[in-house]
Amino acid sequence: MRGIVKRFPGVLACDAVDFDIRRGEVHALLGENGAGKSTLMKILYGLYSHEEGTILLNGEPVSIRTPTDAIELGIGMIHQHFMLVDTLTVTENVALGLPSSRGPLLDLDRVAARIRELSETYRLDVNPDALVWTLAVGERQRVEIIKALYRGAALLILDEPTAVLTPQEVDDLFHILRRMTQDGHSLIFISHKLHEVLNISDRITVLREGKLMGTVPAQGMSRADLARMMVGRDVLLERNRSPVAQGSARLVLENVSALGVTGHESLRGVSLQIHAGEILGVAGVSGNGQRELAEVIAGLRAVTSGWVEMDGLDVTGQAAGERTQTGFAYIPEERMHDGVVREFSVSENLILQDHTRPPYSKGIFLDFAHIAQHSQELVRNFRVKTPGIETPTKSLSGGNIQKLILARELARLPKVLVAAQPTRGVDIGAMEYIHQRLLDQRETGTATLLISEDLDEVLALSDRIAVMYEGRVMDIVKREETSAEELGLLMAGVYPER
Amino acid sequence: MAAHERTQFTLDRITGAALPVLAVAGALVVGALLLLMLGVNPFTAYAALFNGALGNVSGITQTLTKATPLLLVGLGICIAFRGGVINIGGEGQIILGAVSASAFAIGFSHWPGWLLLPLTMLAGTLAGLVWGGIPGWLKARMGVNEILSTVMMNQIALQVMNFLLRGPMLDPAQIAAGTNIPQSAALPEAVWLTRLVPRTLFHSGAILAVILAVAVYFLLWRTTIGYRIRAVGLNAAASRYAGIPVSRYVVLSMALSGAFCGLAGAVEVMGVHHRMIEGMSGGYGFSGIVAALFGKLHPLGAIPASAIFGSLLVGADKMQRSVQVPSSLVVALQGLIVLFVVASDLYVRRRSRRRMEERE
Ligand SMILES: Nc1ncnc2c1ncn2[C@@H]1O[C@H](COP(=O)(O)OP(=O)(O)OP(=O)(O)O)[C@@H](O)[C@H]1O
Ligand SMILES: [Mg+2]
Repeated sequence: MRGIVKRFPGVLACDAVDFDIRRGEVHALLGENGAGKSTLMKILYGLYSHEEGTILLNGEPVSIRTPTDAIELGIGMIHQHFMLVDTLTVTENVALGLPSSRGPLLDLDRVAARIRELSETYRLDVNPDALVWTLAVGERQRVEIIKALYRGAALLILDEPTAVLTPQEVDDLFHILRRMTQDGHSLIFISHKLHEVLNISDRITVLREGKLMGTVPAQGMSRADLARMMVGRDVLLERNRSPVAQGSARLVLENVSALGVTGHESLRGVSLQIHAGEILGVAGVSGNGQRELAEVIAGLRAVTSGWVEMDGLDVTGQAAGERTQTGFAYIPEERMHDGVVREFSVSENLILQDHTRPPYSKGIFLDFAHIAQHSQELVRNFRVKTPGIETPTKSLSGGNIQKLILARELARLPKVLVAAQPTRGVDIGAMEYIHQRLLDQRETGTATLLISEDLDEVLALSDRIAVMYEGRVMDIVKREETSAEELGLLMAGVYPER
Repeated sequence: MAAHERTQFTLDRITGAALPVLAVAGALVVGALLLLMLGVNPFTAYAALFNGALGNVSGITQTLTKATPLLLVGLGICIAFRGGVINIGGEGQIILGAVSASAFAIGFSHWPGWLLLPLTMLAGTLAGLVWGGIPGWLKARMGVNEILSTVMMNQIALQVMNFLLRGPMLDPAQIAAGTNIPQSAALPEAVWLTRLVPRTLFHSGAILAVILAVAVYFLLWRTTIGYRIRAVGLNAAASRYAGIPVSRYVVLSMALSGAFCGLAGAVEVMGVHHRMIEGMSGGYGFSGIVAALFGKLHPLGAIPASAIFGSLLVGADKMQRSVQVPSSLVVALQGLIVLFVVASDLYVRRRSRRRMEERE
């Protein structure tokens, strides 16, 4: 790709970017939220048109106007949100939209056979007959990979593939990717996690505000080097936690049980307390009740037994709305879906909970002057990159939508905060900032429940750490007295010998 | 912002605004083919249509008279759509609104006019509110599809009206004369709406409708209630997470939608017929949906949209009489317009989505 230029209303998303990829290499694309990574890749995959520049494939200029063109040229893309039909089998999903070798008749057997073959070669471990809705996130991602390989992709674009994976799943994915490159496939890998980038890639290209900052070999680079290239300044990779005197218990869960989405009991007798000025980290492989725990506290899921207290008040029977009004804030895990109304403007989304309160409304009338002022302030303080506060939220970059939600929740100065995967998908600069804000909140006396799959994050921020396994709290340990090893064992449901 | 981008932007705006007009033109072209097949000269036919609707005072007032209930219903439809629900029950809500308003006005005819007139409107509005609220409640509580339930409730409303107009509400004069035409007694003159142009049916309900359109705009975009209606309509999950009581707003959207349809019924009997008669709903419950879509589901857009659609109804009627085309062609023409409007809207959305392909 040579001199690629792409503009959106109010932003220059790609500013004369050069990018090249060699056969059999993993080329990582790094950059802050809104740097233009996804945009550049969508141009390559024919989802966006570009205004200037050329794309060359094996030295020949090519024109890629639609994804169909891209697929024909052997380019595949795995989106962060998968494009699979839940109610169909893996085979049917792969065959979808492809001509059958038997004319109007389906040739699913042949497709299934080929899937088995691909699955074997790259150890993808995908069962062609499985129904997609029964698959876990990691498996679905592998189905997407198969889909691309089946269509003959020689160059595969992976846009933040690891954001939704557990550390174990990331390892598996990396094994698969290595096997693919050995076979001559080329891969473009986007991630905000620098250790992953250093681990898997051969070369790294850094974008900043749509401009190319440079392409470097991964060998010999450190995380700090990359961070500096991305952000343009030194980024603190360590967190400073000052000791905070802890107050009374602000959030108390007593013997709480609840059903999960599937109707099975997903929380089994959970008891915990979080004090003012304390961050309680929740570690655990996702799907062990963390989501249900957060929803019970938020008032979005009914308990089958036990009770929840906030600031000494029994809130077990309170609706979500009442809890939000009394100083509770929630950063949900599925933020893109549950955290914003994508069609709303940035400022409309910033008042999603508080629009009925002064100064954002008087009586039933919204007060636009105050809303605008508040929005400007948040956008500025939290460095949300957006052309303006009236911009539709859906046209922000992924990480900036995340920041917007964080800005909203933290600015509410909550007494109790539940943060689920708060830094998933945000760049390291933003991660530093968010961590700092969480620690600041802690100092002002907020009781925080931090749910994260990133053990480093949990260890860096928490005062105490609860490990969940199969809906139970295995143990709650002090951060100073534990280690990643001990947590790992607990997460697997094993009590370490002391 | 680069120059060519700005042109792209305004271009989008213009095509966006011009599209409904283009859609009507497209429908007329296809309609012309149908007319040709019937051996009618489309130019004479369309000239008759245009003249009939807008050629003279009588045409214009008729157009505006029809536009009034279309606008009121259209406003209700806008609210429902914005709240993420679909109200196909306009017909039933109009009927019950009209029945209740008539019954109230006749029953309390001795009350002073300044009190009776607003209360009569209120009676119709409340009937619609309840009739729209029920399917909303069924959806919120039990997940009953509101499209099905509103259609069924149209039938119930129709039968209730049939029963009332043949029984308890039947005009005593009809009984005395032994003709038994199913209609109610005349409403007290106190609740008749002022005729704006003498010797026509055009009445002050039109002014009320326009004022309400502005009010609905304010409701939806300037108040916390409207904010919540729109939030729930666009993303129920996020609304729930933010603590908005989603089911309450589903009921509210449907109930408000029904209220506007009920009011349309009341205004129709108070302004045009001056009594409850069979067939007074005139399909407005459905054409109002089209008018709302035509106005891009925006309350202010619904004003010109219902005027255009009203003119089409009147003009088609005139065309039918002057060039002898079957009345079913008029219905076909309306159907074509719906099709073109909806299709063009989908086209625009698809195109802009392709341009700004969904963010991850
Ligand atoms: N469809 C669109 N309409 C308007 N602006 C857009 C659109 N897509 C992207 N942008 C803007 O272009 C810029 C680059 O966005 P892009 O999605 O490429 O960022 P990114 O590097 O992928 O960031 P992230 O790490 O947050 O995913 C952002 O400022 C974004 O707001
Ligand atoms: Mg991106």
